Amino acid sequence: MTAVNVNDRTATEKAETASRSGTSAAPHKTTYREALREALREALNTDGRVFLMGEDVGAYGGCFGVSLGLLEEFGPERIRDTPLSESAFVGAGIGAALAGMRPIVEIMTVNFSLLALDQILNNAATLLHMSGGQLPVPLVIRMTTGAGRQLAAQHSHSLEGWYAHIPGLRVLAPATIEDARHMLAPALADPDPVLIFEHGTLYNASGELGPAAEPLPLDRAAIRRTGTDVTLITYGGSLPKTLAAADELAAAGISAEVVDLRSLRPLDDTTIIDSVVRTHRAVVVDEAWRTGSLAAEVSARIGEQAFYSLDARVRRVCSAEVPIPYARELEAAALPQVADIVTAAREAVG
Amino acid sequence: MTTKRTDRAASATNRRGTARKATAEHRQKLLESMLRIRRFEERSVELYSAARIRGFVHLYVGEEAVAVGVNEALTEDDAIVSTYREHGHALARGLTSEAVMAEMFGKVTGCSHGRGGSMHLFDASRRFYGGNAIVGGGLPLAAGLALADRMNGRCRVTCCFFGDGAVAEGEFHETANLAALWGLPLLLVCENNQYAMGTALDRAQAETDLALRASSYGMVAWAVDGMDVEAVERAALRATEAIRSGSGPHFLELRTYRFRAHSMYDPDRYRDKDEIERWRKRDPVVTFADRLRREHSLPTARLRDIENRVGAEIDHAVEAADLAAAEPVEDLLLHVTSGVGETRKEEEARL
Repeated sequence: MTAVNVNDRTATEKAETASRSGTSAAPHKTTYREALREALREALNTDGRVFLMGEDVGAYGGCFGVSLGLLEEFGPERIRDTPLSESAFVGAGIGAALAGMRPIVEIMTVNFSLLALDQILNNAATLLHMSGGQLPVPLVIRMTTGAGRQLAAQHSHSLEGWYAHIPGLRVLAPATIEDARHMLAPALADPDPVLIFEHGTLYNASGELGPAAEPLPLDRAAIRRTGTDVTLITYGGSLPKTLAAADELAAAGISAEVVDLRSLRPLDDTTIIDSVVRTHRAVVVDEAWRTGSLAAEVSARIGEQAFYSLDARVRRVCSAEVPIPYARELEAAALPQVADIVTAAREAVG
Repeated sequence: MTTKRTDRAASATNRRGTARKATAEHRQKLLESMLRIRRFEERSVELYSAARIRGFVHLYVGEEAVAVGVNEALTEDDAIVSTYREHGHALARGLTSEAVMAEMFGKVTGCSHGRGGSMHLFDASRRFYGGNAIVGGGLPLAAGLALADRMNGRCRVTCCFFGDGAVAEGEFHETANLAALWGLPLLLVCENNQYAMGTALDRAQAETDLALRASSYGMVAWAVDGMDVEAVERAALRATEAIRSGSGPHFLELRTYRFRAHSMYDPDRYRDKDEIERWRKRDPVVTFADRLRREHSLPTARLRDIENRVGAEIDHAVEAADLAAAEPVEDLLLHVTSGVGETRKEEEARL
């Protein structure tokens, strides 16, 4: 899948004019990108304190087309193009949040977010504690993560696990169109900083968006497919691959349960452990590097909390320990693929 | 909105403006505020030496005129973002000696409930946003506070203190550009004390005229004598009046000097003793007291009263901090998130 181009955006723009209001509850076909946009539109319509700020979110329509059309709808004060100054505009989001606003800051990719790491870690995540509870930071930061689009080593990494290491942050990874649509409102209602990671390969994913049922709480993992023989635990851009692997396993007579973490911090131990206790086997699929990864954390928690329920050692399917390369074959070889997940699950089942 | 802003700015000028008469009473208030900081810092040294307070402690001795002079130009609706050398900013802002001292003792009555210590003093009720120990790290946050005011049409100023060292940081340049580009109501106060920790300005920065560099972003920038509290006050008032009337961010370079080492850990090997002595002759507290006496604004008895009052206040602060309860260890995980002890529940679940 390639990064969005202008034609994509024009096409999607036409397709969605029908659901302009952003609050339409009727089931309709949409994309992950449009679902994110609907969520933004709804937030901007319902709360005057909300504004969107980031590089090229306005006139350009968003690096990946998520905010296309919002400038025309809400004006330059609330759809605010910034200079290429990640630290300044993330920090400005923190300050504005302290002063009563509900900013949504978009960072183009997780690799660029490193330029704002000081603000995210030293200010957003710590101000509440350092001030003895006086200064909550109700800020939402959205950014793209992940590989699979031949964007090479400075646009492809999966560093959300680093952020999940940090107390004081809530870290979300919407993997479905429903979560793309429904995670933003509770994230904005959270009094603390929330980071939302959108995997770059998901923007063009399309599907039916049903009426908003009672959305899952933000810190709850979701069972995307039930099964009895092995639990496949994943999140974000690896969910479609893991579901495809579960299909293949089913064809081979292995019943795989798929857990979508949704929230990377806090982790929903209950859902993970309950599933593993039922299936007795676990495979963790994480596009980040294996060493020091979220997959390592999930594996450790299973070891700590479900050791005696396991019939096989926990397996991990992660990216190769290499900066993500450009060439198609090399990139594919570096990332977890359906076949890798199937192999790991088969080994676990024995 | 512009009209309203102008009206409010005009009334602010009448109330606090540059034309304000420097009455003896007002000047004595400035002196008292500087003396409070000086005596507080001297007591901090004693307490640190006696191991009653720990961590990094950065003293403001020598720079008192900056905090006190700038604060005179701010109203209680304005905001302050500060640095790790912020005892002076906090006290000038009106945080009590008791709350700041208790914080350094790590007590529950401290202005950050013992979570912050010397480098992270906070008081949301006074719009005092800390206490930032990453050089330059407070600047973007200050721009955001100012942005929120502008978006809401509030006639308020956000004042951000930082040192000469911060002008070498990217966060300074990103923020200066953003603030000027968006015309934010931001007062950038650079306390140029000539050293970034142990590195002299001209050993670290190719262009040492900091006001000149700030002006390259299209904002008004002045260099001011930071050892003269009245000069600082006048400059800050001029700047805040301009900011309130909508003319965007202003930069003040206040040339000052710290008489003591960078922190309590610093053996101060990098400065010439003669240099320190030269600056000590310009001590902002001593020279201002002398000026007031010369100009018959400070009877001897009055100075004694001020000294006694400040001394008693700090004695009381130390006593109260000593007696205050420690923050309970069971509350360790409070204030990590605003949720009802979410992290604690997580931890408990794991155990």
